[in-house]
Amino acid sequence: MGNEEAVFFSRLLTELTLSFHIIYATIGVGVPLMIMIAQWVGIKKNDEHYILLARRWARGFVITVAVGVVTGTAIGMQLSLLWPNFMELAGQVIALPLFMETFAFFFEAIFLGIYLYTWDRFDNQKKHMLLLVPVAIGASFSAVFITMVNAFMNAPKGFDLVDGNLVNIQPLAAMFNPAMPTKVAHVVVTAYMTAAFVLAAIAAFRLLKGSDHVYHKKALYLTMKLGLIFSIGAAVIGDFSGKYLAEYQPEKLAAAEWHFETEGKAPLMMYGVLDGQEVKYAIKIPYALSILAHSNPTAEVIGLNDFPEDEIPPLYVHYLFDTMVTIGVLMILISGVFWLGRHLGWRFIQSRWFCWLLVAGGPLSIIAIEMGWWYAEVGRQPWILRGIMKVPEAATTSGQVDTMLYLFALLYLVLGVGSVIVLRRMFRRNPVEREIADREQARIEEERVKGGDLS
Amino acid sequence: MSLEVLGISVLMTFLFGYIIVGAIDFGAGFFNAYSLLTGKERILTNVIQRYLSPVWEVTNVFLVFFFVGMIGFFPSTAFYYGTTMLVPLSLALILLAVRGSYYAFETYGARGHKGYSFMYGAAGLLLPASLSIVLTISEGGFIDMVDGQPVLDYAALFTSPLTWAIVFLSIAATLYISAVFLTWYAWKAGDPDATNLLRKYALIWALPTIITATGIVWELRNHNPEHYNQLLGLWWMFVLSGALFIGTVYLLWKRRNYGLMVWLLIGQFAFAFYGYGISHYPYLLYPHLTIYDSFTNPAMATALIIAFILGLALLVPSLYLLLRMFLFNKDYVKGRKKDEHA
Repeated sequence: MGNEEAVFFSRLLTELTLSFHIIYATIGVGVPLMIMIAQWVGIKKNDEHYILLARRWARGFVITVAVGVVTGTAIGMQLSLLWPNFMELAGQVIALPLFMETFAFFFEAIFLGIYLYTWDRFDNQKKHMLLLVPVAIGASFSAVFITMVNAFMNAPKGFDLVDGNLVNIQPLAAMFNPAMPTKVAHVVVTAYMTAAFVLAAIAAFRLLKGSDHVYHKKALYLTMKLGLIFSIGAAVIGDFSGKYLAEYQPEKLAAAEWHFETEGKAPLMMYGVLDGQEVKYAIKIPYALSILAHSNPTAEVIGLNDFPEDEIPPLYVHYLFDTMVTIGVLMILISGVFWLGRHLGWRFIQSRWFCWLLVAGGPLSIIAIEMGWWYAEVGRQPWILRGIMKVPEAATTSGQVDTMLYLFALLYLVLGVGSVIVLRRMFRRNPVEREIADREQARIEEERVKGGDLS
Repeated sequence: MSLEVLGISVLMTFLFGYIIVGAIDFGAGFFNAYSLLTGKERILTNVIQRYLSPVWEVTNVFLVFFFVGMIGFFPSTAFYYGTTMLVPLSLALILLAVRGSYYAFETYGARGHKGYSFMYGAAGLLLPASLSIVLTISEGGFIDMVDGQPVLDYAALFTSPLTWAIVFLSIAATLYISAVFLTWYAWKAGDPDATNLLRKYALIWALPTIITATGIVWELRNHNPEHYNQLLGLWWMFVLSGALFIGTVYLLWKRRNYGLMVWLLIGQFAFAFYGYGISHYPYLLYPHLTIYDSFTNPAMATALIIAFILGLALLVPSLYLLLRMFLFNKDYVKGRKKDEHA
């Protein structure tokens, strides 16, 4: 295998691993917060249903965490195995957040273990809830630190390059690079948003499948409300990201918008197809790109023609960008209508078709996550470190990457199918109605024993 | 102490931590699967599950910590080991992934699924072998530089007696460490049947462990004379390690002081591990890479050490809490606490 092939397969394998990992990782970042909120609401309202909600979510969460942990370990090591030259360089500049991520992960792992095995140890549920704080913090901070590394790849800062040598290295400046604030915020808030909509989809699905229990209704209302808040947050930060791109990475924004000529009063292109440099069938919103980029309808936006041809990302990123944004807007609408409908008593939000829409929201949010990451990553092609190192220079020279790709593809298939089967079985075998009845029974039993002691 | 030595000492300590907790974990998975096969699961499964359940995630972090720290302190290792170790480490990753996720599937999702337990047990036995390849390669002689790029010589690797000695040691030591530790744990749980069975396993695996360990020293004499000579210079560490080994086996044999026995075991491996590591100084990959020519820039080194100290300030109390709530909690260990998992 020549180096060109090794580069191709390394890219494919990295993409496969990351695309699989982020499904579980996003859930892993978002769900602990949801569990914590449910537990808190349960304590606050003194409502057993929310506590049970937290408990059942936690049970499913363990399975996704397991897959997230092992695929995270895989990508962590694959970075060095597939991109040794990049990691050698990155190790000198960006090792700090990478290192801190393992601490956050460690912290989360310890407290998740304690949390899961002390369900019935504390009589006071508040004490038990406190254990979730480090889990949620650890989960979110792993995302923060690892996204810092990715932000560095988009906007390398914190060192000087003198005759090909790295000098004057400042680890903190590398961590707090210009891409960091928008990237980190967008990643974290979309993870919360996705987790909320995935959990909402489960509740909506149970309601559709004939379970009319108030437990599912409470779950649905809570998660949709959280989803609405986080999806609005995602959109606001998405707008900041657009302004960041216009300033620091104009070629990525221009490729996403098929914006060729540098001009003021730039229109925004939605959808459409590309024919050479001609955009067909697109919805053109005048001034919108200038507003997105600079908050000024007449501001000049740099076009692709101003860049050397070999430094332009593939133009198909437009479709990825459009899909991500469309889903994001759709989710704000759906959750907004649901929330309004509950308050104003609109009947149709309880209809089957609307419920199906809520079910679709979960998978759609995950698709948006994938699209967003593909856009962010493909959009900085051909660079692995923008402006410093191109992808082929970073790749391994090893000749066995293709075989490893097939092996890992098989692994992810096994893990994906396995986790779905196990999760389905877990909740099918123990539906919430039965669990509520069992717990009620256990409590009566306990009361009786206590009563017996007294007499 | 120079920053380089400090860095490598930190990493070695985490690697040692991984070797001990990993060995207990891998061995436990194997014994669990073996007990299913021989119809003794009634005796072992409870003790093993009770130990493993709250810590399975933590074990993995020790490994991640080690390899991320390695890249941080010694970025050139990414170039040498990254390029050459694609196949063995990818296989290790796949085994880790199957093992970790199927443990969770079995424990939380489908209790009593035998297929999952077997996969889990088998992967645990292959893992130490695939990870130990890194140790073999660090001895030098298996990597050729072609056009400035390192290339792993598989033929030399698989025909070398050193490779196989290290592979066998890793497997034997895994089972030995695990059995000794679980003997103590079962004894604490007040479970005489499990204690006796695990004690038997520990005694069975003691001899192969010490034979293969000696064999490696013997092999090094031919393979890497420089390392061998430095090893001889540290003879007292290995003598102490041997004495602790004899102490462990003695207590095991006499069924006495199981708590002390675990500490002797850890001491034995600590002396052997650090003795081996120190004698490897200053090489990370003989003779291509030393800890000096691969060390990161001073700014990053300082930042990493500060992060490390702050991180430990967070981790040590948390780990202590974990141990107190489960490992050293009498009621939990004996199964009296109704700590059913979520």
